[in-house]
Amino acid sequence: MSKLTVEAARTMHRNMCRIRYFEEAASAKYKDGDLPGFIHLSIGQEACAAGVCATLKASDYITSTHRGHGHCLAKGGDAKRMMAELFAKQAGYSQGRGGSMHIADVSVGMLGANGIVGQSMPLGVGAALTAQVKDSGAVAVAFFGEGASGAGVAHEAMNMAALWRLPLVFFCEVNRYAELSPYETHVPLANVADRAPAYDMPGVTIDGGDAVAVFETMTEAVVRARGGQGPTLLEAKTYRWHGHYEGDPQRYKPEGETEAEMARDPICRLETVLNGSFGVDKAAIETVHRKEKAVIAAAVAFAEEADDPTPDGLTANVYAEGVGV
Amino acid sequence: MAKLKYYQAFNRALREEMARDENVIVLGEDVGESGGIFAQTRGLHAEFGGLRVRDTPIAENGFVSAAVGAAMTGLRPVVEIGFEDFLTCCMDPLVNQAAKLRYMLGGQVTVPLTVYTFGSGGVNAGPQHSQSLGAWFAQVPGLKVVAPSTPRDTLGLFKSAIRDDNPVICLFAKRLIGSSGAVPEEGEDFTLPIGRAEVRREGNDVTIVAISTMVRAALVAAEDLAEQHGIEAEVIDVMSLSPLDAETVIASVKRSGKLAIVHEAHAPCGIGAEVIARVSEQAYGALKAPPLRITPPFAPSPFAPVLEKAYLPDAARICSEIQGKLSDGL
Repeated sequence: MSKLTVEAARTMHRNMCRIRYFEEAASAKYKDGDLPGFIHLSIGQEACAAGVCATLKASDYITSTHRGHGHCLAKGGDAKRMMAELFAKQAGYSQGRGGSMHIADVSVGMLGANGIVGQSMPLGVGAALTAQVKDSGAVAVAFFGEGASGAGVAHEAMNMAALWRLPLVFFCEVNRYAELSPYETHVPLANVADRAPAYDMPGVTIDGGDAVAVFETMTEAVVRARGGQGPTLLEAKTYRWHGHYEGDPQRYKPEGETEAEMARDPICRLETVLNGSFGVDKAAIETVHRKEKAVIAAAVAFAEEADDPTPDGLTANVYAEGVGV
Repeated sequence: MAKLKYYQAFNRALREEMARDENVIVLGEDVGESGGIFAQTRGLHAEFGGLRVRDTPIAENGFVSAAVGAAMTGLRPVVEIGFEDFLTCCMDPLVNQAAKLRYMLGGQVTVPLTVYTFGSGGVNAGPQHSQSLGAWFAQVPGLKVVAPSTPRDTLGLFKSAIRDDNPVICLFAKRLIGSSGAVPEEGEDFTLPIGRAEVRREGNDVTIVAISTMVRAALVAAEDLAEQHGIEAEVIDVMSLSPLDAETVIASVKRSGKLAIVHEAHAPCGIGAEVIARVSEQAYGALKAPPLRITPPFAPSPFAPVLEKAYLPDAARICSEIQGKLSDGL
């Protein structure tokens, strides 16, 4: 197992706190009616985004899902511009054209959340293909959920990636529900990663609430990808504390399930490691929380004060101008 | 001028662009060592290697989406979809991804993707291998669609498509694969602008707008109309379905006052309907007769040769419909 350093543990912790406070703020603002459209939050799943991205370089790529805020933040996205996008403001990453479901910062290798379930996988294949053809040394990570694992394109993507030995990691966040349907209603296997041998690639199932396990397993998969040995299928068993979308009454969840999961908060679990294994004291941990709360409060203030987009830009960026070469 | 067959012009365009830009790669079923069903990619694998000329599994949704991901990250993928009908298997990556990613991401990416395919009928390929679906894609902002009818246009438009920073769908015609035509000499870097129609025959009595395979039929019909009825038709090859060069059509209709559109795609909500709409909006007063659409009936393409011959418009039908419906006053 690849050893976790204190720096990496602190980075993960900071990002998990940032994601948590970002999502909580988005949830509150949505409830207040300040955010239009639909939003899908990743509270409870922070160890996945933070653990994965702590193993990547800025030049590496990730492709994401409709539940992509955490991935974007962990890859280095700016909370202010993200929040402005959720608020549908011109200062947002997509100038209010994409919203929560298409949050992206390509400059840090975050190629976008995507509204079509499953497409993050072949898009990730494409990013890995670029890395292979250009011999750039970059790797790609395709985030997806167990809901996407039943899509035909999931098979197509894993088949191609294995066939071409692409520098890619398929990272499945099993948050127990595909939209409103529990895992058992649409996946016949106990573990999504059990499908990996069919593609002649390694498959590993881990506890997605354990940031250290995510980091260590991902580190090995990234080494393998960067070394030209091909893709890996990782599956992280995690849990979505909120509904599929904000406002989802979640009647499909058994009573007490969310509360039981909240008692195993991934942030608290990492703090136990920070304190126990790395000697980071409680005051230092509290400082991180205070700072990240301030980061998100500033992001919300920025978004609230930002200008609305104006209708004269309705056709902007439909086409790129001219030719590129 | 040199002379090339349609598929050879296609092959030359791809070879020239691959030599010109190392970011150009080719993906698709049988594009590699086999050289493709129509010999369209013959020699490319040997010249540019397996890294850049890559056979794919039969998985259009997956490999077109992968090409979108590659295009977003710095490559310039050229993707083959063997038959135009199979575009239905990759609608998501074309319509939801390629067409919208630049817009959805606020201009953070370009998607310089070229998808080419072989469509149209006339080779008894039956209902699932004979369709002309260009109008579907012409309704999607973010995509461009071209449909060249000659080896020269194939060379020029395909090269422009590959260089374009936007996703471009190139609709080639199976029936034209072996047809010959003049092209600029080897070594000349010949491109044609996307979005411009060309007048193939001049005439002041009636304007015939044709797409792909129907250009040749329209030209034959125009000669027959001149010889048999003294009607001089102007024949316009639209070449690009999106963006559509309505100006060239409107300029012609302002002279002729009569408009016929002929294509292999079905009439409802098609390119012909769009051409008529643009002319009606911008040159309503110029029309001296109701515009005419000449298309197959609203039914799938039949397999039986005798039925397909009756199904597809041809020169004789174009000639007789124009003579019968647009010849008043001529």
